[in-house]
Amino acid sequence: MRQAVNAPARGFRVGRLGWTLISLLALILLWELAAVIAQSRYLPGPLAVTEAMVREAQTGELWTNIRATLIRVAFSFVFAMFIGSAIGLALGRYPMADRFFDAWLIFFLNLPALVIIVLCYIWFGLTEVAAILAVSINKIPNVAVTMREGARSLSKDLNEMASVYRFGRWKTLRHVTLPQLAPFFAAAARSGLALVWKIVLVVEAFGRSEGVGHQLNIAFQLFDVQMILAYALAFIIVVQIIEFAILQPLIARASKWRR
Amino acid sequence: MAEVTRPLTVRVERKVFPAVRGRPENHVLGKIEFEVEPGSFVVITGPSGGGKSTLLNIIAGLDKDYEGAIDFAGADRRMAFVFQTPRLLPWRTVYENIALALPPGDPRLANIPELLKRVGLVEAANAYPEMISLGMQRRAALARAFVLEPDILLMDEPFVSLDEPTAQGLREVLVELWSRRPTTVLFVTHDRSEAVMLGTRILRLSSGAATITQDVPVQLSVADRTDREKVRAEQRRIFGEA
Repeated sequence: MRQAVNAPARGFRVGRLGWTLISLLALILLWELAAVIAQSRYLPGPLAVTEAMVREAQTGELWTNIRATLIRVAFSFVFAMFIGSAIGLALGRYPMADRFFDAWLIFFLNLPALVIIVLCYIWFGLTEVAAILAVSINKIPNVAVTMREGARSLSKDLNEMASVYRFGRWKTLRHVTLPQLAPFFAAAARSGLALVWKIVLVVEAFGRSEGVGHQLNIAFQLFDVQMILAYALAFIIVVQIIEFAILQPLIARASKWRR
Repeated sequence: MAEVTRPLTVRVERKVFPAVRGRPENHVLGKIEFEVEPGSFVVITGPSGGGKSTLLNIIAGLDKDYEGAIDFAGADRRMAFVFQTPRLLPWRTVYENIALALPPGDPRLANIPELLKRVGLVEAANAYPEMISLGMQRRAALARAFVLEPDILLMDEPFVSLDEPTAQGLREVLVELWSRRPTTVLFVTHDRSEAVMLGTRILRLSSGAATITQDVPVQLSVADRTDREKVRAEQRRIFGEA
């Protein structure tokens, strides 16, 4: 009886991971149910899709394509974060520049992704540079807007402190400025990655001869839904691994000082 | 470093904040001129909004838009500033905040543990500022100022928004640190008993285009300063009221 008193709560204790698993399992069951009812080659069940994924993995096709896509994502992400941050910080610091370029920023923010992609391919040819440039241009305005907010919110108090205590340029950047920008950078990186993934696929479908996007395009032409879902699933898994293994630990580390 | 014997000279002809967004221009400081002997503890007091902080910012070199000149009587004087809010870096620990006031590899880094003991922050050395109380944050700000072993220490109401016992505790820490290593202090406060308790000299500023209306030495020995009655009597003598 004593043990029962000390027990935390009645019934199951389900952790966060547990809830995620339960919820995913429910989704798969629902999918299976729909596939059984539909009995169509346009809606294969989870098992068939997994089989297709394994087959692609065994031939090595899956890895070749995912790797090609990942490399493009990495290049355009880094490029967009770098250029976007530079623009955002400049606009946040110099009100004159901000007043002048604000309209440009709005123009690029509202330019449809598809237009940028098509124009890049027309102007620069169906090349790797054009592909990465197209993805980056889509992303740069978002990064710039977020980082501009960060630059505007820099604390004057802390800058004065750094100046009185003679921190100098480098020490101020490292200990005063960058930690203040970190949350904005993290926000831009997270929303940025989500956007870059999706646009890279479109760019690949349009004008590249390898990569997940290209593979999806071929599958679309053959109406091969099994292949489409297999690649989509593999892709989601890779994205989630990057989110949990790289992004989240980085963010947790950067915010451990918060109350 | 050569021993500094010449006084610090402050000369402000006038300081005006220009009109911004509908607010009229503010002529905050008039002609203010005074010298500070090395090692003295000068308290600047006056009505709030009367330009005391502005004067301190000018002396610190944070505000360069004024008419006048500050003569430090020595090319490279070390200066520390304890602000009205602690202004610690929230993403650095207490220890790191103090250490950052010094250049990397500086021999004074070795004094930090001793200093932490004096301000009672040994246990909080590895805590982040947001995780400790305001009183403790202010202690850390004091330690950061003293680790520099400054020639000039500027303090802008460093003990406001604390309850009286905590503020009194911090005053005692300040006196103890200061008596161990006397340095020139310019201390701004609107608290008259605090002014008398700490200062060796009091400057009173008027309001609106402030000028110095009174410049008096405090006639209290170190022992007298802990005596409530004597502090009150001196306060009456200087400020002419209870």
